[in-house]
Amino acid sequence: MSKVIKILGTGCPKCKTMTGIVQEVVKENHIDATIEKVEDIVQIMKFNIMTTPALVIDDIVLIKGRVPSKEEVLALFN
Amino acid sequence: MFDWVQNMADWLVYDALNLEKGAHLTEALNFFIYDTTKILILLFVVIFFMGIVNSFFPIDKVKNYLSRKKLYGLEYLMASLFGVVTPFCSCSSVPLFIGFVKGGIPLGVTFAFLITSPLVNEVAIGLFVGLFGIKTTIIYVVSGVLLGTISGIILQRLKLESYLTPWVQEILANAQIEQDIFQEEKQSFKHRLKIIWAEVMTILKGIIPYVIAGIGIGALMHGYIPEGFFEQYMGKDNLLAVPIATILAIPMYSNASGILPVVQVLVTKGIPLGTAIAFMMAVVGLSLPEAMLLKKVMTLKLIAIFFGVVTICIIISGYVFNMIL
Repeated sequence: MSKVIKILGTGCPKCKTMTGIVQEVVKENHIDATIEKVEDIVQIMKFNIMTTPALVIDDIVLIKGRVPSKEEVLALFN
Repeated sequence: MFDWVQNMADWLVYDALNLEKGAHLTEALNFFIYDTTKILILLFVVIFFMGIVNSFFPIDKVKNYLSRKKLYGLEYLMASLFGVVTPFCSCSSVPLFIGFVKGGIPLGVTFAFLITSPLVNEVAIGLFVGLFGIKTTIIYVVSGVLLGTISGIILQRLKLESYLTPWVQEILANAQIEQDIFQEEKQSFKHRLKIIWAEVMTILKGIIPYVIAGIGIGALMHGYIPEGFFEQYMGKDNLLAVPIATILAIPMYSNASGILPVVQVLVTKGIPLGTAIAFMMAVVGLSLPEAMLLKKVMTLKLIAIFFGVVTICIIISGYVFNMIL
C-alpha cells in the first residue's frame, strides 16, 4: 500500500535537509510513497509538534525537531 | 587549562612556519589558531553536555510541566531556565509559541522562554567561556535568565492577549491545561548517545564557518587596531553608548557564534563589556527575520511592544554590566 509521507517545516535549512534525505531514501529503495511538504504553520500545528522539522508517515509523527540519518529513515519503513 | 593549545599555536607559527615573532600578521595568525582550537574544544564539550540534558528534558515535557504545575510566580524563572537548555532554532519559534499557548501557558511565561532561548544557549555558553572566562560567563548567563524572566513578567502585566492574530486567539480560547500524554521516545542510552552525537556534529558543522569568520575578523582587528582605540568614543562615561549600541544591533542578525569573537576583540580594544554585551544580546535576541516570523502569530503592535520591552531590559542590563564589571 502506498504510504503518505509528510514533512512539516516552515522552510528552514534543516527542513530542506530532511526533505532531501527522505527523497533519496524513497528513491534508492523504491519505496511506494508520496512525499508532501507541509509549510503552512496552521497545518503544521494540527500535528501538535513544537519543533521542526518533523517527519510524518501515514499521519503518525515519527521524528521531530532534528534531521535523521538515512539509515534511521529507512528503518521507519520496515 | 589551555596552555597546551597556546604552545601548539606558538610552535606552529614560530617554528613550523618560521614566521617573525611580534609582526602583526604573525601575531594575528597565532591568535587565530589558538582561539579557534580552544573555542572548538569548548563548544564541543558544552554542546554535547547540553545535548544529553536536552535528551531527557525534551520540549514537550517542558510544556507539560509548565502547564500542569502551579509555581506561584516561579514559572517565569522556570520557563527562562528551560530556554537555556533547549536548543534554539528561529524557525521553531512559531510552533513553540503556538504549542505553549495551546497548553494554556500564560503569554508572559511563553515570552520568558522565547527571550532567553536565543540569548543563552549551548553555543553562547561555550563561546563565552572560551573568550571571556568562567566568571563573566556566569554573570552573562544569570543576567540573560533574569532578562527573560523580568521581560516575561512585564509583558504578562501588559495583558497583550488581544494583540495576537485571530487564529491564535482562537487557539487560546480552546487551550487545555490537561495535556495529551506525551509519547516519550523509548530509547536506550546508547541509542540516545548516537542521536546526540549526530546532533552535536550537525550543530558544530553549522557554526564552524561563523566561528572561523568571526575569529578571523577578530584576529585581524586584534593585530591592527591599537589597544584602547574605541575608548575615546565609547568609554564608560559615554552614557549614550549603551542605547545606541543596542538599537543599532536590533536590525542586524547573527547567531552567537558569529558575533561573540568580534565582541571580544571590541572589548580588548576599549569598549566596555556591558556595552558590548548589550550589543550582542540585541543582535542575537532581536532581529528583523524573527519579527517577520512572529508576524504569523502576533500583530505588529504586539511585536513592537515585545521588542520594546526587551530592548529596554537589554539597555538596563548593559548599564548594570558596566557598573559591576
